[in-house]
Amino acid sequence: MHPLSANLRLRAVTVILLLVLLSLASVVAAGMIGSVSIPLADLPGALREFISGQPTSLPGHLLGLRAERAATAFVTGASLSLAGVMMQALLRNPLADPYVLGISSGASVGALAALLFMCAAWMVDAASFAGAVAVSMMLYFLARRDLRGGTAAEGGTALLLLTGVILSAGCIALVTLMLSIAPESRLRTMVFWLIGDLSGSPIRWLPWIVLAGGLAFALRAARSLNVMALHAEAAATLGIRVGALRKGLFFCSGLLTASAVTTAGSIGFVGLIVPHACRFAFGPDHRLLVPSATLIGGAYLVLADTVARTIIAPQQLPAGVVTALVGTPVFLYQLHRLRK
Amino acid sequence: MIGTHQLRLAMGKRTLVDKLDWQVGDGECWSVIGRNGAGKSTLLRTLAGLRQPEAGYVSIDRRALGEWPLQELALKRAFLAQARNDAFSYSVIETVLSARHPYHDNRYWENSDDHQAAIAALAAMEVDHLAARDVRTLSGGERQRVAIAAMLAQDTPLLLLDEPANALDLAHQVSVMSLLSKLCREQRKTVVMVGHDLTLAHSVSSHALLLMGDGRWLAGQVEEVMQPAVLSEYLDHPIETVRHGERTIFIPGSPQ
Repeated sequence: MHPLSANLRLRAVTVILLLVLLSLASVVAAGMIGSVSIPLADLPGALREFISGQPTSLPGHLLGLRAERAATAFVTGASLSLAGVMMQALLRNPLADPYVLGISSGASVGALAALLFMCAAWMVDAASFAGAVAVSMMLYFLARRDLRGGTAAEGGTALLLLTGVILSAGCIALVTLMLSIAPESRLRTMVFWLIGDLSGSPIRWLPWIVLAGGLAFALRAARSLNVMALHAEAAATLGIRVGALRKGLFFCSGLLTASAVTTAGSIGFVGLIVPHACRFAFGPDHRLLVPSATLIGGAYLVLADTVARTIIAPQQLPAGVVTALVGTPVFLYQLHRLRK
Repeated sequence: MIGTHQLRLAMGKRTLVDKLDWQVGDGECWSVIGRNGAGKSTLLRTLAGLRQPEAGYVSIDRRALGEWPLQELALKRAFLAQARNDAFSYSVIETVLSARHPYHDNRYWENSDDHQAAIAALAAMEVDHLAARDVRTLSGGERQRVAIAAMLAQDTPLLLLDEPANALDLAHQVSVMSLLSKLCREQRKTVVMVGHDLTLAHSVSSHALLLMGDGRWLAGQVEEVMQPAVLSEYLDHPIETVRHGERTIFIPGSPQ
């Protein structure tokens, strides 16, 4: 085997294994840390109780509760980060994020409308999902040209990007309108939803299924993604069905974003800085970037949420505040290093 | 190899090429010549299958372009676009390796044969020392040579090149062109390229296609087509030739 090929594979396997360990460690850490922390000595017992599913001691109960929340944080962060990678590849722009096309703003309109009319929790989720789907459909029909299938995919994705930005602006106007007419009593929940908050989000299977599906698609398409990221429309001359690939990316990233936003509100920055940081650390090859960004995205949100609920305990911060506060300087630093 | 049948290309209401019946045989090296906006790049993109013609069709090996599966087509012809914009910081070797994509749908990682092909292509373009560099840090000429290396790694019988000599220094213009004509002579590859340097085109090409930009066209062997009178008409500028040993030098006439 050519030494280059062997090196590449070894490196990828090492990185992925380390990141899987990091992800598990982040969930365990999230389980231990809190207003009542679990000492290291109690951890094995608590873990055994947790795995057997019958917690009896206090550490066991605590670990169970926190692990559920951490699992939700993980799937949300992983979905957002993976959606970010896809959106950046789709738009061929490393500064794109899952929210750039306004899918999350659509979800916000739905969710805030439901909160405004004091609907039940499941209706808030359903409304936010419906909002995301509505914006996606509008985008699809308005910017069909950029997503058209077939052999000849002409032009870039400028129409898609501009349509998305305009739809997003429209949705944000609606959000502002609802916030300005909302009664005081509901304003706090609405603002928390907007910033992105993991408290009270129950564990669900659907986001995991969406994440698994999105990841499977992205891994299968990883080689094609590289070719498209490199050669733009000329990727068609290398046998890539550019239109079909763009459609796939659009739908998968839209679904992942909708699922993440429905679970935890619009948590910012994860979908932008995690893919960016991974590209910086491991290179732009999507075959490694897709799994590593997914794992790091998950771990990052687990840790951010742990900080959010402990830093000024007993009061809890929305996780979106932490991701943004950490994300902004990190992103700016990266940007400046890149431009040098 | 590749041919067009009653091909019509138009931009908006303007017809660029009309009723083009044109056959390119194995091992031929064609230069497409014409003024700016005469439809050279449009023709090349149509030949590559990146654009639908307004009328007529393109065929490769007597099979219409639309009937080819994209994957098989990618093993048949390579395309060099006129401009590139690199959004992500891929390395030079990754850029060239990506051109091996059509060879294996089922592999997740490239294998040794791909790396060997890529390194050989980089060496042929004299950019092997840049293999680990970020493509976004390359100079225009280096980037162009990397793009041509990627084409070589794709290893197809038909090469379509839109201004391959673009941004290259004098020495590399000559070496790239002679490499292309060598590929035609020795490996029976077929080349169709767009270029503006008449002297260079004349020295490496076996055939030339002249485009007027209003539908008219003229195709034939270099000796017949690249005559000063014909070129002056097609390029809308007086062209003179000078013999220099074996070579013919084309000189634009000075404005009055």
